[in-house]
Amino acid sequence: MLDTQTNERRLTIARAMAEAIQQEMQADERVFVMGEDIGALGGVFGNTRGLVDEFGRERVRDTPISETAFISAAVGAAMDGMRPVVELMFVDFFGVCFDAIYNLMAKNTYFSGGNCAVPMVLMTSTGGGYSDAGQHSQCLYGTFAHLPGMKVVSPSNAYDAKGLMTAAMRDDSPVVYMFHKGLQGMGWLGTEEGAIVDTPETGYTVEIGKARVVREGKDVTLVGLAMGVHNALKAADKLAEEGVSAEVVDLVSLVPLDRETVLNSVAKTGRLIVVDEDYHSYGVSGEIIASVCEHDVSKLKAAPKRVTYPDVPIPYARHMEQFCLPNPDKIVAAYKAM
Amino acid sequence: MDPTKDQKLWMYENMVLSRRFEERIEKIYLEGKTPAFNMADGPIPGEMHLSNGQEPVAVGVCAHLTAEDAVTATHRPHHQAIAKGVDLKAMAAEIFGKATGLSGGRGGHMHLFDPSVNFACAGIIAQGCGPACGTALSRKLQGKPGVAVSFLGEGAANQGAFHEAMNLAALWKLPVIFVIEDNAWGISVAKSDATSVPRNDVRAAGYGIPGHYIEGNDPYAIFDVAGQAIARARAGEGPTLIEVETYRLAGHFMGDAEQYRPKGEKEALFARDPIPAMRARLIADGDATEKDLDRIEARAAETVDEAIQFARDSALAPETDALTAVFATQ
Repeated sequence: MLDTQTNERRLTIARAMAEAIQQEMQADERVFVMGEDIGALGGVFGNTRGLVDEFGRERVRDTPISETAFISAAVGAAMDGMRPVVELMFVDFFGVCFDAIYNLMAKNTYFSGGNCAVPMVLMTSTGGGYSDAGQHSQCLYGTFAHLPGMKVVSPSNAYDAKGLMTAAMRDDSPVVYMFHKGLQGMGWLGTEEGAIVDTPETGYTVEIGKARVVREGKDVTLVGLAMGVHNALKAADKLAEEGVSAEVVDLVSLVPLDRETVLNSVAKTGRLIVVDEDYHSYGVSGEIIASVCEHDVSKLKAAPKRVTYPDVPIPYARHMEQFCLPNPDKIVAAYKAM
Repeated sequence: MDPTKDQKLWMYENMVLSRRFEERIEKIYLEGKTPAFNMADGPIPGEMHLSNGQEPVAVGVCAHLTAEDAVTATHRPHHQAIAKGVDLKAMAAEIFGKATGLSGGRGGHMHLFDPSVNFACAGIIAQGCGPACGTALSRKLQGKPGVAVSFLGEGAANQGAFHEAMNLAALWKLPVIFVIEDNAWGISVAKSDATSVPRNDVRAAGYGIPGHYIEGNDPYAIFDVAGQAIARARAGEGPTLIEVETYRLAGHFMGDAEQYRPKGEKEALFARDPIPAMRARLIADGDATEKDLDRIEARAAETVDEAIQFARDSALAPETDALTAVFATQ
């Protein structure tokens, strides 16, 4: 949609993803899309809308509910010269197909000594906040980023969503593209206005493995990804009201992880809070803090903090889930406790 | 579909080649592992799954394939790799973990990849079924020729991945052939203790595709049925499921005491060893003379000697190679 007042072309992440795929399918016959309800329905989260009308059911194929079969088929197709984009509807469904993902997709390049590339994109939805309970609300960023052989990205806005998707489809390695449901701009999942940004129509890429400082500050570094970035930005507004200047780093990618941007920011601010909607232990938040401490602990003026999801399955009842989720107030409180 | 004389001799030579290769591997595997057996010791460390006895399945199927056709093999892959034309030197070197191996020592004997003949392996049961569908789909989308054969064991027919792939292949009419090597044992568990039906070919009916069971570990019978299935796939008529009765002359892996086998089973299996049986048949049918077959056997032995020597002589890759090839180099 074009905002005539600002001359901006503001897209939702869902539309930005679909546009990236559409343009790449126009440019590259090797690209095709597979997944559940990605055809006529356009994806449960809207990110393949319109594709089947333009490219037909051969290149935009609805699959049976057989994640193991179609994800491992994508591996076979990728190794045979195609560039499949496959959707795992909810990341929580990894439980029925992780062998295809981490034993095949992630390892065949290595097992072949680099002789077989597996150029595919596995896109999958993450995140809760809408009372879908513990099998449809997880993030599992750490789970995927922990295992070698897969690049992992997670956009926080439509600009990055389009550029990362294009970069992922052009990458010769498998890329796990994790999109947060709350940022899709679907309405029925709530709308995060901050994710709907100016998105050029002309194709472009956003570099995988490069974090971005999305707000400059000098007193504390807030590191997040996807929804965490928006929570951090809102917390930064609140802190600013109290005279605290917070810098916000959007990780954009988890693998490769851009530690340098985080280290540079912490070198400047001396304080670090990691915001992560994934479970607290053994995850992204621990990795970021460990990276900073390993590099130069003397840069820290205070012990780092993390605002994360507690180590419990995600409850259904709205008040209980909201109690567990990270939010701007928790980030502000974490800063005050430093 | 009957094999020509040339096809028969090709099948025999590849069966012998596989057997000679495994006989050498079996001996070398034990180097450094006696008196105390430690899997990590010796020039060939790790698990070793031998396929001796199962050679007829690999040659009966692969006799119909060219390099452009794809094979996904199992954790017991030597006979399938050899029949598919994987370079024996590079394969031997991989088993020795050498720099000249197919993947420079990163994969080992359960992870043999040779893209020049479209051969891939997988160490987990039924893992190759989905990728075979994907390769077949890729050919369909690209309008390129070629079929994909997914080899699996009878134990794998109880995995979800197998059933999901059968449905997908049937639904999309993919040029895939699922070939089950029924060697009667899933490690130590008998087929009858693991599988709800005596024969897996009946499971094809659940997906509306043809299913065949071939008795007797007979290379000619396998050639016949596989040939029809592959021709059907090439003609765009979709997938076929084939189960073949075969025999595992060795244990599940080397070091397996095989106490689960009924008394006398192994002796009976060796009495039905398919290689001497095929030799006698070639001569009886007038397809070859003793001399012809001696020559083929000598050539196979020589090829194996060269491959083993190449592997032994090759250098190990630098340890730091462990840290490379995680991602594709663009």
